[in-house]
Amino acid sequence: MRAFAYERPESIADAVGLLAEHGPEARLLAGGTDLIIRLREGTIRPRVVVDVKRIAELDGGIRETEAGLTIGARATMTAIGADDRIRRDFTALSEAAAVVGAVQIRNRATLAGNICNASPAADTVPALLTFDAVVVAAGPGGTRRIALDELLVRSGVTTLARDELVTAIELPQPDLARASAHLRRTRRRGHDLAAVTIACVVRADGRTRIAYGSLGPRPLLVGDDSGLLADAAAADAVKAALLAQLFTDASPSPRSMRASPDYRLAMLHVLGMRAVRTAIERLAGAR
Amino acid sequence: MTAQARRIELTVNGRSRSVEVAVHHTLLEALRDDLGLTGTKECCLVGECGACTVLVDGASVDSCLMLAVEADGASLTTVEGLADGERLGRLQQAFLDTGAAQCGFCIPGQLISAEALFASTPHPTRAEIEEGLAGNLCRCAGYEQIFEAVELAARDGTPA
Repeated sequence: MRAFAYERPESIADAVGLLAEHGPEARLLAGGTDLIIRLREGTIRPRVVVDVKRIAELDGGIRETEAGLTIGARATMTAIGADDRIRRDFTALSEAAAVVGAVQIRNRATLAGNICNASPAADTVPALLTFDAVVVAAGPGGTRRIALDELLVRSGVTTLARDELVTAIELPQPDLARASAHLRRTRRRGHDLAAVTIACVVRADGRTRIAYGSLGPRPLLVGDDSGLLADAAAADAVKAALLAQLFTDASPSPRSMRASPDYRLAMLHVLGMRAVRTAIERLAGAR
Repeated sequence: MTAQARRIELTVNGRSRSVEVAVHHTLLEALRDDLGLTGTKECCLVGECGACTVLVDGASVDSCLMLAVEADGASLTTVEGLADGERLGRLQQAFLDTGAAQCGFCIPGQLISAEALFASTPHPTRAEIEEGLAGNLCRCAGYEQIFEAVELAARDGTPA
């Protein structure tokens, strides 16, 4: 690996200061499961690596607030997958966190890192989109809150400034009964990046939200407010036609080695139907 | 740029160690090259094969995806820490008894992942073993014997 300087700030202010000082020459290190690979490959060549894991204000706690749940920036996939509140109220996120990499990766990889890495295949991002997750970022001018949908641009690119640091992810508490599911398609069981990764939320008022990744430059969020998708009695063919309309922006890369665009699109529709059905069943079971 | 070094303090297999490491070196490099613990293997270097798996404060991690400086202050267990002198750990003995080691290269990582699994799930089901060891590849494809070894060790009681 190419040499770099290593900084281990103990406060958010110091971390932000380092980012401001070094600009594009600095990279943040949280779990490292993507960063170390890219450092070794030389696809990124920062002069300074800023390790955020010794910042006392920045922890991996998952806290209940009046507004919902707040997940600390250092929370790992293992911690998210093991949290009962997330499993109950944000089931799709729990399921997504549990399939990221394998145990060793989940013990290191953070939710904040999964977001900031901005991979189109990030497994937790579709679930977070369907739950209207908000990213909290600290910068030189203070803290701001950004809707996740406004944060994602394309692979590796977000609307975060160079000197901003994600400190937490907020999940608003549901205002009425709902159920969710996360599904994905991989080449093999166990440990693989997804060819399709999708999350669905069905609400008791009939509104459905679906987000999907690995089918274009960034994960996309779509919704159905007509009640058709959420209707357990509606015919599959009618739902499939509606899903086809909702998925028109899917644009899988023809250059990916993981799956052909045709296969990804076909699986998007299969998993879309399955995710809707699973969420409907879970909502009915919870009542 | 010139390589920057940093002294780190850590506990490896119960023994306190103080070692100076280059800040751009991985924990895997520090274990093998600076501490001489070559049981931990270097293989894919992208976190897919698990040959470099070690326990850091009880959690299994790929040591190729962690900088050595990140382990400052941590307590580590490598495959060298599983045996008690000449007496093999229960998992190691079970791997021998079932013939789970073929070429043997992946076995240190498999053992550490199984050790981590036992810590949270002393009596895992076959599905839990498969999930717990999903991050450890075996190119000899000795998975059946590896799973049998973990089942055998679980039956024999508390893993050593």
